[in-house]
Amino acid sequence: MNQTLEKSIFEYSQPGRGAFAQHPPVADGAAVLDTLPPALRRRTPPRLPEVSELDAVRHFTRLSQLNFSIDTNFYPLGSCTMKYNPKACNQYAMLPEFLARHPLAPDTQGQGFLSCMFELQEMLKEVTGMKAVSLNPMAGAHGEFAGVAMIRAYHRARGDLARNEIIVPEAAHGTNPATATMCGCVVKEIPVDAQGDVDLEALAKAVGPNTAGIMLTNPSTLGVFERKIEAVAKLVHGAGGLLYYDGANLNAILGKVRPGDMGFDVIHMNLHKTFSTPHGGGGPGAGAVGVSARLEPFLPVPVVGREGEGYRWLSEADRPQSIGRLSAFMGNAGVLLRAYVYMRMLGREGMSRVGEHATLNANYLMARLRTAGFDLAYPTRRASHEFIITMKRQARELNVTAMDVAKRLLDYGFHAPTTYFPLLVPECLLIEPTETESRETLDAFVESMVAILGEAQTDAARLKGAPYTMPVRRLDDVRAAKQLELTWKPVNSAA
Amino acid sequence: MPFIPHTAADVQHMLHTIGADSIDALFDEIPESLRIQGLEGIPPGLSEMEIGRLMSERASLDGRPLSFLGAGAYEHHIPSAVWAITTRGEFYSAYTPYQAEASQGTLQLIHEYQTMITSLTGMEVSNASLYDGGSAVAEAALMAVRAHRRSRSLRLLIPSTVNPSYRRVVQSTAGNQGVRFETVPYLRESGCIDPVALEGYAGEDITALVIQQPNFFGQLEDVDRLTDWAHAQGMLVIAVVNPTSLAVLKPPGEWGAKGADICVGEGQPLGVPLSSGGPYFGFMTTRMEYVRSMPGRIVGRTVDLEGRPGYTLTLQAREQHIRRGKATSNICTNQGLLMTAATIYMTLVGPTGLARVAERCTAQTAALVAALAQVKGVRVAFAGSRFHEAVVLLERPVADVLRRLESQGILGGVDLAADYPELGPALLVCATETKTTADLQRFVDSLRRVLEAA
Amino acid sequence: MSQVPAELKYAKSHEWARLLPDGRIEIGITDHAQQALGDLVFVEVPETGRVLEAGAACAVVESVKAASDVYAPIAGTVVEGNAELAANPELINQDCYGRGWLMRVQPASATALEALLSPEAYSAVLASAEA
Repeated sequence: MNQTLEKSIFEYSQPGRGAFAQHPPVADGAAVLDTLPPALRRRTPPRLPEVSELDAVRHFTRLSQLNFSIDTNFYPLGSCTMKYNPKACNQYAMLPEFLARHPLAPDTQGQGFLSCMFELQEMLKEVTGMKAVSLNPMAGAHGEFAGVAMIRAYHRARGDLARNEIIVPEAAHGTNPATATMCGCVVKEIPVDAQGDVDLEALAKAVGPNTAGIMLTNPSTLGVFERKIEAVAKLVHGAGGLLYYDGANLNAILGKVRPGDMGFDVIHMNLHKTFSTPHGGGGPGAGAVGVSARLEPFLPVPVVGREGEGYRWLSEADRPQSIGRLSAFMGNAGVLLRAYVYMRMLGREGMSRVGEHATLNANYLMARLRTAGFDLAYPTRRASHEFIITMKRQARELNVTAMDVAKRLLDYGFHAPTTYFPLLVPECLLIEPTETESRETLDAFVESMVAILGEAQTDAARLKGAPYTMPVRRLDDVRAAKQLELTWKPVNSAA
Repeated sequence: MPFIPHTAADVQHMLHTIGADSIDALFDEIPESLRIQGLEGIPPGLSEMEIGRLMSERASLDGRPLSFLGAGAYEHHIPSAVWAITTRGEFYSAYTPYQAEASQGTLQLIHEYQTMITSLTGMEVSNASLYDGGSAVAEAALMAVRAHRRSRSLRLLIPSTVNPSYRRVVQSTAGNQGVRFETVPYLRESGCIDPVALEGYAGEDITALVIQQPNFFGQLEDVDRLTDWAHAQGMLVIAVVNPTSLAVLKPPGEWGAKGADICVGEGQPLGVPLSSGGPYFGFMTTRMEYVRSMPGRIVGRTVDLEGRPGYTLTLQAREQHIRRGKATSNICTNQGLLMTAATIYMTLVGPTGLARVAERCTAQTAALVAALAQVKGVRVAFAGSRFHEAVVLLERPVADVLRRLESQGILGGVDLAADYPELGPALLVCATETKTTADLQRFVDSLRRVLEAA
Repeated sequence: MSQVPAELKYAKSHEWARLLPDGRIEIGITDHAQQALGDLVFVEVPETGRVLEAGAACAVVESVKAASDVYAPIAGTVVEGNAELAANPELINQDCYGRGWLMRVQPASATALEALLSPEAYSAVLASAEA
């Protein structure tokens, strides 16, 4: 990793400089702008950098070198499934014909693309056990939105207008309650028991005539399989509610269990997790949704349909009860192509191995870290594809926190696990190795964790000050939030 | 098992360490009745060579027609460096920059993006991007409801000159929270918002007016007057703009006496390929006073322990992972890679290059419209100024004309029959800087032949 | 241990209330609350004239890691918000019972404070939460 800070692109800028190969030829009718009313014209040019092409290429390449990434580092970020993103997926999603295709081009000019989308829908149905799929949502949270909106639409269509409560286990990802609120629902949180399973008694009390549904992740955010899932489904369905499956952790069970078979009515899948499309520094994701038969009419449009040998978009006219459109066109098409390539390369055998080896790696890492002296949050449980260690004891005895360990890991060349999530477990590190990491990598991670634990006992201050080898040391978050500097300004500027 | 590294010996060793007999034993907490034995519906796996062949065959089915389609997604030249750098693994395979020290590249890049997009739109602060233009308009509507101090009506005015797809996304996204939208009609002569119809809402409690510039028809709205009118009525103004046009058109921050309050738009024209509709990105900028009502990630500059400058996510307490049910939005991500591409694009074209692109788009569209107007059976729908799109009226059903053009390898525009039936047979055409004079001529000649043949 | 001044009244949700000589009531968040939140970076106080119901969210305090609603311990009308907090939210960390006050309220009822917790009762709430 490059440890030298890179100056701002604006500091390279010089009036009159430019990447002139990128300027189009002057149009014959350039004077046409003079016919625009002066009141509608821009008076001063925008402050964009004026740099040569090489300046730009070097600057952004150097910026890239200030990042950890899967391609450069083990990235065991729990709940994020940071597995290898095969290069082929990118290469074949970026074929010129795919890139050039306009979203409003007729279906006849997109049979290749549409056939991939149709087959992707079919494959996602198969691996999740759902009846129908829409590829439209553009991220996990967007898929959640679609899912809860469908649940609401379903109840409304039946005239069941009172059902506006969404039940969420307290360990849930923050998007779950935020989504419920966005959909105009009221959130009811229920506890989980000491073993990490949903508290059935609390659930039984929570359900009723106002229950729209429950949002669950399984395996849960606690890194364990929800063993009472069949009882949960029975309770919620019995009360007239529907079950929503948050697919954040689908990688753990791919090829082993299907949400549809567990009784879920609607699910979203994070294609950027389970199906290895890139995280891209925070997006684009893709949050396809799957539903049981009774929710199919409500799926967001468009959906790809097959007629004879051809494929076409199904829109509002074909799906009058649809919850509508969630994007201007049809979602993150290019991401969907990457997921398609990934699934075709894995095939049925490869797909079943994903859940198995993700689980193997997590349980191996968990076993080794426990032997090395770390405390597990749920020591009596199997790990799913991830698990939690808690630094509560070290925080009390040594004044070393989960955040200190996370920051020190960066110095050892490992991206930190997820810290302080789930909120339920104090001083927690949520660790997800994924199936694409080798035993040697996992062993090296364990060795580093052992070394850090040693430092915690002998030189806690060393951890408190970490990291030391990154381009910057720990940053002043309080200053960032109080003295908002959200755009770059010249150093000598008074502003 | 194409991407799993374990040898049989590795697996045995690992199971031994765990104390399990088999991989299957690791799933013993899952009720037996739920477990499946295989995925017969998935085809067998393919090698990279095989998938490469398959995808190339599929791509070739899509063709490369000469396209005059716009309506929210625009064909522009993309410098080679943009995606060569964007797809570097360090950008492509990194996650959201929660660990700031190990993510300075992504964070600084977002900060540079925020700087460029605020300047382009003439606003004060930007987030790190949203899903796409449509969802950005929906988020802006919800943000206006939060940010407006007095309005409690949950009513917004969205003129029919706003992209119909955006209007649908706003409805399906914000409608669930009780937000209501009223459509303001346009004038048949100008294709712009009808000021008399708008005046009918004077004095009512309305949260915001949405103004798209250039509007869906490509026509330029009288943004100063509309903005001042809305502010006089106590409404916020949400500007929906095309980023390319802002190189030459007045930025929303300068509309009217006070400027627009929230500015959003589709970022695709800035270096993002058309790609059947996504991934694109939505941009959103606003005034500093509304920054805490803005959804999405925001990056701030600060200092580290040693006083060196550095970048970090800030104002996170607005977001779902902290505020949960009370968050400004459920959004977790930005469209990181697309925003990365756009930042590199804006850097490479610079202020003069972007203005050149905008000029050439305007000029090519003007030339196309002038030539089409000479074809018998074609009329230009609206008078007034426009950017890089225009509506032309035909005398026969557009769908049929488009099919005939398609058979000659031309995508002649977007049929407005479904969304604007009152116009009769109407076609929305677009010419960007990518279209040469010869391309325009080919389109005009083909259309003439199609219309004459009927 | 956090401070619980003897002359104030308290709400379970960690607000304090002080009767001013003119009959108005000053409201803030407790030492326990500011410690739990950490360094505050932003405070939003209600505008003058806003009518508060007891128990309703009336202000927001935000640190880098948490944002929390402040609930009105009593019903009344806001007569003044602490304008100093906009530029100096850290006043709450430094002096939560003094310069870090949030708002002053004209109470709807003269006996409003009686329903609140005594310092002893609030201390007991804190002690049971620790256990």
